[in-house]
Amino acid sequence: MSGVPEMANAGAAGRSVAALRRTSGQVVLHLILAGIFLCLALAPFLFGDVRSQQVAARICVFIVLVASYDLLIGYTGIVSFAHTMFFGFGAYGAAMTLRAWGPGWDAILIGGAAGVLAAFVLAALIGLLSLRVKAIFFAMVTLAAASVMMVLASQLSDLTGGEDGITYRVPGLLKPATKLLTDADGKVVRLFGVALNGKIAAYYFVFLSCLVLFGVMLRIVASPLGTVLQAIRENELRAEAIGYRVVAYRTAVFCLAAVLAALAGIVWAVWLKYTGPDTALSFAIMIDVLLMVVIGGMGTMTGAVIGVTVMSLAQYYLKDLMQAGADATAALPLIPDLLNPDRWLLWLGILFILLVYFFPAGIAGTLLKKDR
Amino acid sequence: MIVIAPHSLTTEDLTIRFGGHSAVNAVSCGFSPGELTVIVGPNGAGKTTYFNLISGQLPPSEGRIFKGDLDITRLSPSARAKAGIGRAFQLTSLFPRLSVLENVRLAVQARAGLGPRLLQKVSRFTQTWEAADRHLEATRLTDVAYLPAAALSHGDQRKLEVALLLAMQPDIFMFDEPTAGMSVDEAPLILELIENIRKDGAKTILLVEHKMDVVRALADRIIVLHNGELVADGKPDDVIALPIVREIYLGIPAEDVA
Repeated sequence: MSGVPEMANAGAAGRSVAALRRTSGQVVLHLILAGIFLCLALAPFLFGDVRSQQVAARICVFIVLVASYDLLIGYTGIVSFAHTMFFGFGAYGAAMTLRAWGPGWDAILIGGAAGVLAAFVLAALIGLLSLRVKAIFFAMVTLAAASVMMVLASQLSDLTGGEDGITYRVPGLLKPATKLLTDADGKVVRLFGVALNGKIAAYYFVFLSCLVLFGVMLRIVASPLGTVLQAIRENELRAEAIGYRVVAYRTAVFCLAAVLAALAGIVWAVWLKYTGPDTALSFAIMIDVLLMVVIGGMGTMTGAVIGVTVMSLAQYYLKDLMQAGADATAALPLIPDLLNPDRWLLWLGILFILLVYFFPAGIAGTLLKKDR
Repeated sequence: MIVIAPHSLTTEDLTIRFGGHSAVNAVSCGFSPGELTVIVGPNGAGKTTYFNLISGQLPPSEGRIFKGDLDITRLSPSARAKAGIGRAFQLTSLFPRLSVLENVRLAVQARAGLGPRLLQKVSRFTQTWEAADRHLEATRLTDVAYLPAAALSHGDQRKLEVALLLAMQPDIFMFDEPTAGMSVDEAPLILELIENIRKDGAKTILLVEHKMDVVRALADRIIVLHNGELVADGKPDDVIALPIVREIYLGIPAEDVA
């Protein structure tokens, strides 16, 4: 979220004078990104209600999840359906330990680390065993692994809570009742009318963790490794011929993306205080991630920010918008029926089709290509 | 058995079969530093397949390949590249959506072994950029450095193909019809680059080429492949004069020549 998107061709952009000239598309993209960054950074102060904060936190966590998936699909050209599984490893690791040990940072740290380690080991195994085969077979292997994990999570209900999931408490600092700053009377200090309580702390825990993780990914795609990944995507045979071990790089990035997804899972588990199949493991999340990365723009990193924001806003607010539209047009024939909030999925579908039609390379991808 | 020879590259009984057909059949041949060997033969003779075996794109059915006295028969293409075997492809094989500069820089980066660095910015490795710039200058591609490789003309793509090979800084250079499809103006540049590599004296150069004027101008030695077999090997004038070469390569029946 540095505000400077790394172009697909990261290397040349960093140094050529020509690349310092910004095209109008890039300017628009930067403005959108800066706007999203400010909204997320100040979310508790800009949007007071609980639901908005929930949306903001989800956007933060999913930016990390989708950006880590973009490392695979957009930068390296690896199609995996196991990304939510790795997300779930982190979430369940933290959740199971928090329930077993009670609220504490040690539980988050140890449980989270165990989840991350599990994600890393499984990713390495899947990668080494199957990244040599064709892309389609690899995708099937990840699908199978993710299905097995879904079944395990639902069957091992003693450990995972089964379909009901796990509810737990989080460290005191992050509880809504906690007063971060108190005035002379012992009341919580208010800043711009917003109480500085544990809810704020919880949000900034999410925001800052995700900011750091996203920053790491921005650095990775601008590093030599990031350029090798793009070379592999562009021409695997030639990448190998000039001396890059393609299988090793693919396995490495698969592990890296798995670890990043698991870390995002930990943050999500701490924010939600609940972890279950629907929040951390289901294929519905995987489909969301796929749609977000496509809408935002594959292989751009910043596309993750835009894709997640657009999708999340639509998923949370499209119904409200339609209700408002239906009320406003109540006097007219047919239109209120079309705008009935029950039909929100239809409109979401239409929105996707329009986005893909007008932004064939994703929103960020198409903006970057403009004027070039 | 370990082959101890002054050869920088040796193939021993190198064979590959596709089904019942031997595309390359028991080719034993050694190549020496400072020597430019042109491989000739009609279409389908196995020249490119022979290259694919040496650079590792295809695994041999039989036989062995040595770089110096190192057995590289089982090494992956990337390991062979690291061992100093560089290859330019007959069918241009580039990174199409990356810039021309980035194409070359990737090859320099591979050579420098910087690929695994993941927390430093690419822009910091100034030597990599400078080396890439030099290779672009040598191949006269500086003007198009920031265009995507896919946007180049055929001739420029062929030059970029050669620039990637130069950037790998190999000991063994393998050129597969480097001037194919190039205009008359462009071809001399590539031949000059190859000539410069030969002047170095320490590099081994293998060149697949059809144009007889190029072959005569450059070759220290010619080997002839026919139906996957090595049928002639020697000094250019001697080889070109051989009846069998005239027959299979120039299409003149041996009895007419005799």
